[in-house]
Amino acid sequence: MSTFKPRDWGSHAPYIAPGYKSTLLRGPTQAPLAIKSGLTEGTGPRFAPASVRELDFDLTKNGVVNGEPLGERIVVHGRVMDTDGRPQPNILVEVWQANAAGRYVHKVDQHDAPLDPNFRGSGRCFTDDQGNYKFYTIKPGAYPWGNHFNAWRPNHIHLSLFGPGFATRLVTQMYFPGDPLLDLDPIFLGTEDAAARERLIAKFSIDKTEEGFALGYQFDIVLRGRNGTPMEN
Amino acid sequence: MAYGETPSQTVGPYFAYGLTAGQYAYDFTDIADPTVAGPDAKGEHIRITGTVFDGDGNPVNDAMIEIWQADADGHYNEKPIDVADTGFRGLGRCGTGTDAKLRFWFDTVKPGVVADAEAPFVNVIVFMRGMLVHAFTRFYFDDEADLNAKDPVLQSVPADRRDTLIAKRVETPTGIEYRIDIHMQGNAETVFFDV
Repeated sequence: MSTFKPRDWGSHAPYIAPGYKSTLLRGPTQAPLAIKSGLTEGTGPRFAPASVRELDFDLTKNGVVNGEPLGERIVVHGRVMDTDGRPQPNILVEVWQANAAGRYVHKVDQHDAPLDPNFRGSGRCFTDDQGNYKFYTIKPGAYPWGNHFNAWRPNHIHLSLFGPGFATRLVTQMYFPGDPLLDLDPIFLGTEDAAARERLIAKFSIDKTEEGFALGYQFDIVLRGRNGTPMEN
Repeated sequence: MAYGETPSQTVGPYFAYGLTAGQYAYDFTDIADPTVAGPDAKGEHIRITGTVFDGDGNPVNDAMIEIWQADADGHYNEKPIDVADTGFRGLGRCGTGTDAKLRFWFDTVKPGVVADAEAPFVNVIVFMRGMLVHAFTRFYFDDEADLNAKDPVLQSVPADRRDTLIAKRVETPTGIEYRIDIHMQGNAETVFFDV
């Protein structure tokens, strides 16, 4: 089993990012100790097909009680690949998000915005044999948070993937193009490299947009590659 | 490198109805939960528990801990994981917001030795609001002193920090527990690894 290339820390935020206040007491202060990526880190969980039920890839349907969820229907397409461009098939992608009003189903979310009885906001899907995934949802709303005066999170969808190994684990957030809150958001800006931050923003796609039904976005996800594998053209 | 990595972003405070729905009583299924090994798994059945502390020494009530470990024979599970499986799964996921004392817990079996010259251990990932990048650590076992003394990773850790990685065995009326806390900062800051 080949091992994974080292994590590219330049693509990620530091553990302590002072603009995002919660990092100050929660981020480790000592540098992580290098550990050789070996058998252990090369292994990782795979998931049974039953992990994703018929409607789990469609958040516009999987929380329905008595009608359609409110908001702007969207479809998110993406390809999971590694840094060498190799598609990652059969990867479980978990997603969760706020509703169109910017409110999470989560019990501790106290934002004064309505819940939608027909939208839970969590789902999951697998990548296909080409590494492609797709899910339908409602475009999430912005919402205020307590980090600083007049702090608002940009519209975003949370995504969680294991990838091919425990070492490739990734939890991230997908943002939307043109959102004026991005340049004010300490979580987005926590990633210091501007080119890396761009990789967090989905691209609007008229090709993926479904006529008369849903706007389309493309959000590709790049995980660490493996050692000893040639570049693919 | 043809493509740059997608940056990590925080799991945030509201992961529970997506990632740990069953534990937090949301109407959604789980792909992983605190049961790493069901009752039919071979090996010594144990529970691993602990608390996550922030830099002020306060328990963190919205962390999510994941573990991935070998079975009692030292083999990682290569079968697709199904939470209905009553045997060994190898993967566990637990949020710290449902226990009265804000602990995480995992019901599992003690892992076997994976490779020669290694001690048994559990791989751990820590996520929480306030972490833009998750952190990897390991849990070792305090009743494996001889193997721990030879384990190349544990021995690569400065001696005065090794204890942060070693869970303590406690015999309780309900079974064997290993206890280990995770300190994000401070004098007892847990050793995290760049894997």
